[in-house]
Amino acid sequence: MKLITAIIRPDKLNEVLKALFRADVHGLTITKCQGHGGELARVETYRGTRVKMELQDKIRVDVGVSDPFETTAVEAILHAARTGDVGDGKIFVLPVEKVYRIRTGEQDTTAVTPVLAK
Amino acid sequence: MQQLTITPLAATAAVAFDPADLAWMLVACAMVLLMTPALAFFYGGLTRSKNALNTMMMSFTALGAVGIVWALFGYSLAFGEGSGFFGGAHHFFLAGIGMEDKNGLPHLLFFAFQGTFAVITAALISGAVVERMRFAPYLIFIVLWTLVVYAPVCHWVWGGGWIAQLGALDFAGGTVVHINAGIAALIAAYVIGPRKDYGRQALLPHNVPFVLLGAGLLWFGWFGFNGGSALGANTTAALAFVNTMLAPIATLTVWIALDFIRTGKPTAVGVATGIVVGLVAVTPAAGFVGPGQALMIGVLAAFPSYFAIRWRTRTRLDDSLDVVAAHGLGGLVGALLTGVFARQVWGGETGLFDGNSARVGIQAISIIATIAYSGLVSWGLLKLIGTAVPLRADRRAEGIGMDLPLHAEEAYASGEGAILLNANETVADDTVALSQAITARAK
Repeated sequence: MKLITAIIRPDKLNEVLKALFRADVHGLTITKCQGHGGELARVETYRGTRVKMELQDKIRVDVGVSDPFETTAVEAILHAARTGDVGDGKIFVLPVEKVYRIRTGEQDTTAVTPVLAK
Repeated sequence: MQQLTITPLAATAAVAFDPADLAWMLVACAMVLLMTPALAFFYGGLTRSKNALNTMMMSFTALGAVGIVWALFGYSLAFGEGSGFFGGAHHFFLAGIGMEDKNGLPHLLFFAFQGTFAVITAALISGAVVERMRFAPYLIFIVLWTLVVYAPVCHWVWGGGWIAQLGALDFAGGTVVHINAGIAALIAAYVIGPRKDYGRQALLPHNVPFVLLGAGLLWFGWFGFNGGSALGANTTAALAFVNTMLAPIATLTVWIALDFIRTGKPTAVGVATGIVVGLVAVTPAAGFVGPGQALMIGVLAAFPSYFAIRWRTRTRLDDSLDVVAAHGLGGLVGALLTGVFARQVWGGETGLFDGNSARVGIQAISIIATIAYSGLVSWGLLKLIGTAVPLRADRRAEGIGMDLPLHAEEAYASGEGAILLNANETVADDTVALSQAITARAK
């Protein structure tokens, strides 16, 4: 199993979600976060006070997948989150030791295979 | 052109005004001015948080940009003596506007009251172009639009121009304000084109409480808008005032009912929209119809706007905040129904119900003329401005939201990761890089 963590632009989230669902990846978690990459800082002014904003708003997407789904999921995110400008984000792929599904106690590959509520 | 002179007070002090008229009109003028900030909240709440400031600025800066051209040129073009089509130039630079009588008011107060109308009319258009139009071309557009569209149409209807001579009724701005702004909004949305995410993503309101706050403040201000259009503290003002209460009540009720019937769930954004549509529809009729007719206007106005909004979202016309459906269509329905419901016993003017069947035709002519003139000239203005500067922000700016690239401010800044800069410190600034990219693309 792998844990795929992607840091993406907030305005690319919808496209990334669509691409993942199309690739049959249904289980994921997103978090609003801020980060610092290679982008230029933005200078803002409030009543004569100039500030340099070092942190950019980003979205973190965490997806746990079985090994055969790793490439599909990564390619879906790569393609959907790309604008070509600095600041598109990163994808980290980490090995996962153990996965449990809380509802049933199922483990590993069975636990990351999505079950859709009826 | 007449030279710039301040009318000496001593020369005009002889005119005696009714203190009650003065008191009411001073308050009414402030109430109408408040409607533009109210509109900023109404529109600002409906956009995404990354565009909130830009949207609200489009209304607030109209107070400055339109206000100043109104004072320098616009008022004279609308209310100065001229032909049936245009006013004159003799009130340019406020010349000859003092304490002399104008429609029972000190001329200066009448000028200010009309100025508040010019400001909000231009600001209304912004709802069709939010989240993508650049700020400078927007300001250039509303300034020119006020001079070549608003002022002439205002002159036709209220300045003794050809529509007034024809006998069309427009108590407080069904044609002048709402149809006029609605058609300009339609053209602007069409010329500028849809937002890049329009039709592909849900573009949701970021602060529905702001929308309700704006609608509430608009309603309050509208008592000055319609009640003040009686130009005095009199029974016509009382009639217009009460009708301004009754029509939106009816529209709001019908709107909720339609929500209930269609989905079983009444919506808050629907309530706010219903209030505005009712206010728009009663505007041309306020001082001409009785309270029962005002309720009828409120009921009837709900249906076309309600279904137009539903239909519009399925088209490629990204009239983002539905200015056309709420103001254009609401104004059109109101202007036509004014011709139907005007009662001699209430406002002294006859309509279809009094047997004056010609009135509806005259109302229709005033509507068609406003649509044709405003549509054509708005299109020409936007095309003209578009040849000089790009009208739209580029896709990257649109993705980030207008607030940062165009204003270097955030509506909801957290302050995390914000580093204080010294006065002379220079840093590579992405907001500068973005505007350079827009300019480079234009060349």
